[in-house]
Amino acid sequence: MGLLSKKDAKLITDPLTDNNPITIQVLGICSALAITAELKASLVMGIAVLFVLGVGNVVISLMRNIIPSKIRIIVQLIVVASLVIIVDQVLKAYAFELSKTLSVFIGLIITNCIIMGRFEAFALGNGPWRSFLDGIGNALGYAVILIIVGFFRELLGSGSLFGFPVLGDAIEKTGVYSIGYENNGFMLMPPMALIIVGLIIWVQRSRNKDLIED
Amino acid sequence: MSLKSSLHNLKEKYKGTKMAPAFNALHTFLYLPNMTTENGTHIKAADDLKRTMNIVILALVPCLIFGMFNAGYQHYLALGDIESAKGFLGASFWTLDNLIIGAWTVLPLVAVSYGVGLGVEFLFAVIKGHEVEEGYLVTGMLVPLIVPVDIPLWMLATAVIFGVVIGKEVFGGTGMNILNPALTIRAFLFFAYPTWMSGDKVWVHGAVERAGTPDAISGETILGSFAQNQSVAYDYWDMFWGIIPGSVGETSKFLIIIGALILIFTKIGSWRIIASTLIGALSMGLIFNGVVDAGWITDTSKFYGLMSVPFWQHLIIGSILFGAVYMATDPVTASQTNKGKWIYGFLIGFLSIMIRVFNPAYPEGVFLAILLMNVFAPTIDHYVVQGNVKRRMKRLKVKTA
Repeated sequence: MGLLSKKDAKLITDPLTDNNPITIQVLGICSALAITAELKASLVMGIAVLFVLGVGNVVISLMRNIIPSKIRIIVQLIVVASLVIIVDQVLKAYAFELSKTLSVFIGLIITNCIIMGRFEAFALGNGPWRSFLDGIGNALGYAVILIIVGFFRELLGSGSLFGFPVLGDAIEKTGVYSIGYENNGFMLMPPMALIIVGLIIWVQRSRNKDLIED
Repeated sequence: MSLKSSLHNLKEKYKGTKMAPAFNALHTFLYLPNMTTENGTHIKAADDLKRTMNIVILALVPCLIFGMFNAGYQHYLALGDIESAKGFLGASFWTLDNLIIGAWTVLPLVAVSYGVGLGVEFLFAVIKGHEVEEGYLVTGMLVPLIVPVDIPLWMLATAVIFGVVIGKEVFGGTGMNILNPALTIRAFLFFAYPTWMSGDKVWVHGAVERAGTPDAISGETILGSFAQNQSVAYDYWDMFWGIIPGSVGETSKFLIIIGALILIFTKIGSWRIIASTLIGALSMGLIFNGVVDAGWITDTSKFYGLMSVPFWQHLIIGSILFGAVYMATDPVTASQTNKGKWIYGFLIGFLSIMIRVFNPAYPEGVFLAILLMNVFAPTIDHYVVQGNVKRRMKRLKVKTA
């Protein structure tokens, strides 16, 4: 008997693989395209969503029996908005540069479909602990894709990882740049993020044929 | 036993194995397959996919050969080693020196384009277990013609892999692609490595290495000069014959017209698309000329240079003609209906000139316009077909009423 029962563990592992919010449910694409040009931004965005979704799911789950169903969307919005404001303020206070990079997309976590989707589909019908696990699982699934995309985009687009130039200096022509390699400017544009997400989906579905829809 | 029959035997031997498609592709490249159809009546026509592709390649060969001479000529001209050639048959153009340096720079592009592209095709054929399709033959020939002569080969290889996989194979291979693969490759290069695809350094062989040294040479394209409101040192005949800097194979309008005649005569390229593209380009050019004449745009505007180009000259500067003849007519990505072809072509020409004038960062808007219209071609077809259906329904109602 581990820390989690098998059923609970599935809440975390499923969204990481076969029920990934980005590659399978195709939710939260906008932010995945917009902020993944840098790995650091992807990671912070992942953490921000992890916080918002984890806490939000618990809050909604605790209130699930007293929220009138007619106004539940508004209640959910207020919960997300408050949490997002907390994240935004913390970033502004402790990581101002990063907060400028992420700009409007922190605020737009409010409209991230994954969050409202989990509130509606899970937190309204399950207890706080299971909702918490579900939130963490989905946010991790989101973050994993963001980090994969961010890894390739920053590595091939800027030749660095977390801002650290791993491929050498592009201007001084050191490292791989000395033999004529150049950064791929297309990687820094959002369309390339869409293509990378597409490739991830391709790989995932060719490994698991059950995921292919007709 | 002759080579032919031993190949046939080998084919039987490898039937059903993983490598069969790769083997068959080489086999049918050399000989007619020894298969006969077994039942039913079949349409017998000589213009199969391979024949179609070969004719397009045939129409492209003059451009390729000219491109080699031109690459050498621009190189030596920029170095100041030779006099400028007056006219198409100028003595300093068709020289062996020009050909040697041109072939030395252009043939590697062709080799990389074919080698990498067919490699990807073979790989996908083996994985998916279908026959290797001929679709890449034309793309592989187009690609070296639409890139600057000094593009590094590894960039070209990367772009070809991207173009063939993302532009074609993910949609299901030859005949299923939405976007023209050759243009997808060019678009990838353009957005990924803009410094190698535009500016005044890339169009002449050797200019990049010499940049910043006392021997620096430059060769701005005509569109680039116009976009910067500079005067152009070439006269119209230079532009028409093609002895100007530009991508490898798109400079000679004369040879493109010959290619166009081959395509139209063999009914492989749609004359409707070619004609409507040119009409579209001319009408946009006329609109801009009208704007300039009306005095809305004066020479202080950054658009003035390109807007004031007389409308007919838009056809001989830049690659609109090459795009219209070889790119827009791609039967897979173009509209299929006749009425649709007119709309499709017209919008390509119209948008090409619009992008050319309004976006100085992309003076060559042709490839963007064609890619955009590739995406819309099925929509155009849909409405043309639906329009026809509606008209006939109405006729039916009148009759029965």
